[in-house]
Amino acid sequence: MDAIFLQLLNGLDKGGAYALIALGLTLVFGTLGVVNFAHGALFMLGAFCAVTFNKLLSLEKVVVDETQQTAWGTPLEVRTPYIESWFGEFGSFLLNYSVPVSILIAIPVMLLIGIVMERGLIKHFYKRPHADQILVTFGLAIVLQEVIKHYFGANPIPQAAPAAVAGSADIGAWLGLGDGLVYPWWRLVYFGFSAFVIAAVFAFLQFTTYGMVVRAGMRDSETVGLLGINIQKRFTVVFGIAAVVAGLAGVMYTPILPPDYHMGMDFLVLSFVVVVVGGMGSLPGAVLAGFLLGILQSFASMNAVMSIFPGINQIIIYLVAVVILLTMPRGLLGREGVMEE
Amino acid sequence: MKQMLNREPFALAAFSLVILLMPIWLTPFGANYPDLLQKFAIFAIFAMGFNILFGLTGYLSFGHAAFLGVGSYAAVWSFKLFTMNVLPAIVFGVAFAGIFALAIGYVSLRRSGIYFSILTLAFAQMSYNLAYSVLTPITNGETGLQLTLQDPRIIDNAFSTPGAGLPETNLFGIDMSGYPGFYFCAVVLIICFFITRRIFNSPFGLTLRGVKSNQNRMGYTGINTRPYTLAAFVISGMFAGLAGSLLAVTDPLAGAERMQWTASGEVVLMTILGGVGTLVGPMLGAWLIKYLENIFSSFNENTLEHFFSFLPEGLQAIAVDVSSLFVGEGWHLTLGVLFMLIVIFLPGGLMEGWRRLLRRFSGGGGGKSEPAVAVQPAE
Repeated sequence: MDAIFLQLLNGLDKGGAYALIALGLTLVFGTLGVVNFAHGALFMLGAFCAVTFNKLLSLEKVVVDETQQTAWGTPLEVRTPYIESWFGEFGSFLLNYSVPVSILIAIPVMLLIGIVMERGLIKHFYKRPHADQILVTFGLAIVLQEVIKHYFGANPIPQAAPAAVAGSADIGAWLGLGDGLVYPWWRLVYFGFSAFVIAAVFAFLQFTTYGMVVRAGMRDSETVGLLGINIQKRFTVVFGIAAVVAGLAGVMYTPILPPDYHMGMDFLVLSFVVVVVGGMGSLPGAVLAGFLLGILQSFASMNAVMSIFPGINQIIIYLVAVVILLTMPRGLLGREGVMEE
Repeated sequence: MKQMLNREPFALAAFSLVILLMPIWLTPFGANYPDLLQKFAIFAIFAMGFNILFGLTGYLSFGHAAFLGVGSYAAVWSFKLFTMNVLPAIVFGVAFAGIFALAIGYVSLRRSGIYFSILTLAFAQMSYNLAYSVLTPITNGETGLQLTLQDPRIIDNAFSTPGAGLPETNLFGIDMSGYPGFYFCAVVLIICFFITRRIFNSPFGLTLRGVKSNQNRMGYTGINTRPYTLAAFVISGMFAGLAGSLLAVTDPLAGAERMQWTASGEVVLMTILGGVGTLVGPMLGAWLIKYLENIFSSFNENTLEHFFSFLPEGLQAIAVDVSSLFVGEGWHLTLGVLFMLIVIFLPGGLMEGWRRLLRRFSGGGGGKSEPAVAVQPAE
């Protein structure tokens, strides 16, 4: 029972990341009709926003203290981050919370990147075949990841979660399930965060006028255009929002997985599977499939399961995707007439 | 000239001449060493085969590297178990890839469009992940499948005593490394070109083109398209298997990374870059990518400084800085940029560019030249 519950939790954080990326992918597909292979790169760029912010914050001032000596007999170098010497307590607080605080940086940056990307490149590909869209965004993804690799190197760069949530939560004690059940705090935070972002996106689309127009545009952009609304402009903003969602997923994922330049591609392939399983163009489908596949994946890596089906943890997602695509042609919650012949 | 090339014997002769003389005419480009030439021939086969599926039917497979990997593994196993002769290895490689393609194609072709792409991608990733983990007894996991001194090699050992050290792959006694290896691959490429050309001009090929322009209408005219697309899928899988086994022939080693989706992406790039649906386009794309990979990844700061030495000091430093982004480790950046440029400005690939050039220079007449072949997606 404990083990099953733990695997369920394990699936939630990964599922959260899949769901966030897949949500953005579906949003872009549903509004602009573009299959964006560079979406994984946006996830990676978000993660590197956090890395950059942390790097900036931890720039250090080196003071050589002649009065003290190190064990080697050289004068002791006292390193204090500038931010601490300038702001004191608040500075160390910022440094400690660099990952969550970089969300504030990531939002405008990703929004800008998203809008530039849409206006600069994707715009020209609305009318082109899906194959062309896939190819050009694939090229863009390669370019982005190579640029990141050039500036940050090929090695993963670990990021620390804030000290307050660095340990593990004793979930077993809360639920009266025994002592063995502990779970990293940050993963719980990630799950909560992804749930919050998903809720925010849905609320935006469901309860604001802006969102209503966007939804109408997803159904029939021509008619919305005829009503005198510049739907293209809104879709561009939606693309920006999708980029922000992917970026935030990346920012918060850095303490779980040290970011490197190809993390985007790794997640992209899975997220595409998630989108297709959920049903192209269906937002709830993407979220549902994201969590479902994340949880299934973590169940498949249980030892009990692995001993029956060796290697199942490696292929479970793809296997589920194949089965669902063959039995439910539109995915789990796909609408009729989207991407069909 | 044009009419002559349309006749089979001339086309084949011209093609053979170009391929077999590659060591000579590639000399000015600094690409005349056997390793690279072998790659040229092998990836040309891979891309040509991929084009039979993508170019003719419009089905975009994102998992073709799996067949390449299967071909490699089958060939290396043939070297390990039976003989170092390359012919059985190739037969095994092609056969296994064909069976594999039949199974995957049968399932995947039930869907089209992006669903088909995702299905093939899923199958390829499954093969890759399994090759890395559970199938280690067959694939030797991360290390990759290699020849060892303990291999049984039944047929070889029945006729001669094994020498010291690892044996070389051979074709009835001719070592398959260096130039003989290239000429072997080149002959195979010429045969493949012949087959592809026949397919392009056959009723079968026409049916496949029909699938690409409108599968529904093909159905209305009473043609069941599934067997045709499946045949195309299997044939292109076999081409990939052939390319994989040739990779093993020139270097008897097979690793799982050959099956990764980036490898599948690469063959898509080659085909697009050269020109989808054209006979020789994919081959040109494969050559260009392999050539750039070789040239750009070998550049370093020193060669760049030498290259820009004509510029004044400050400008030279800037030029070197900027261009160093694109070479050596970063050559993928070049690939990505080139790729984007091609898709944005020249969707028909190199062949489209060639056609545009021809049109511009053919007597200034704009209207009467051949109409450009419109590239249409599978619906």
